[in-house]
Amino acid sequence: MTNGIGHEALAQMIRTATDDVFGTMLGMTLKPEAPYIEHVPPEHFDGVVSFIGMAGTWAGTGSICCSSQFACRLSGNFLMTELTEVDEQVLDAIGELTNMILGNVKNEVELQLGPMGLSIPTVIHGQNFAARSLGRDAWTVVPFWSGEDRLEVKMCLTAKDHLPHEGGSPRTRAFILP
Amino acid sequence: MSLNLLIVDDSAAIRKILQRVLHQAEVPLGSVYEAGDGVEALAILKENAVDLIFSDINMPNMDGIQLLTQLRASDTWKNVPVVMITTEGSQAKVLEAAQLGASGYLKKPFTPDQIKDKIAGLV
Repeated sequence: MTNGIGHEALAQMIRTATDDVFGTMLGMTLKPEAPYIEHVPPEHFDGVVSFIGMAGTWAGTGSICCSSQFACRLSGNFLMTELTEVDEQVLDAIGELTNMILGNVKNEVELQLGPMGLSIPTVIHGQNFAARSLGRDAWTVVPFWSGEDRLEVKMCLTAKDHLPHEGGSPRTRAFILP
Repeated sequence: MSLNLLIVDDSAAIRKILQRVLHQAEVPLGSVYEAGDGVEALAILKENAVDLIFSDINMPNMDGIQLLTQLRASDTWKNVPVVMITTEGSQAKVLEAAQLGASGYLKKPFTPDQIKDKIAGLV
């Protein structure tokens, strides 16, 4: 157990929250895959990535990532409209999905780890970029599938006194690779 | 009787979805106003009368708790029902909103039936 809750328990919270939000707000059922622990983040990424910070006695970051095509399909279902390219509507919808899913995970987590505040989500869209959290703890990653499309919901938690800086949630940086 | 509503949320997606859910719930709607934060909400309220306000809690500029505080301190708006809609399910946030005079609380994700039940108890 490295995150104060246990990766399996955290993965279950992520699955429950994701199922709830997708079932209620998008009318979709996703097929979950076995969760895994990520120690080294992907070298590069294409698509849409969102982040949301949590801060309290424990602090953390939650993230959702998927392809641009899947982000458009999800947002279209969410808003009941057809969306074919990543625009303001898609970024806003993915940000709100992030807020709902990881906000609900946070509500469960804080029952065990104490109260945490939730930041406003950040959503990034691009090609060949990398994102890094400055915390050293591992991420609990839960992949989901809808047909050929893959979505990852992941989260890392760190005791506040283990953070590499004073206060707040672990900082996240995104940068475009050459 | 049709209801004039104000929806306050920094997410345009949620403002749109809430309107859709209100239609699905067959709530008789009059004018529906939208604001992206508490500052915009107060500006709209100065110009328009509303019967019910749905407000997010976490927003930039002026959040839902600050908006609720200003509304309850105002002679004009102190009796307008305000339903807080948020993912913030912590007991402390719910309690704070209730103590400040929130009329109800709805957790995201929400269903048309939950919205309908909440409105039926208020107006």
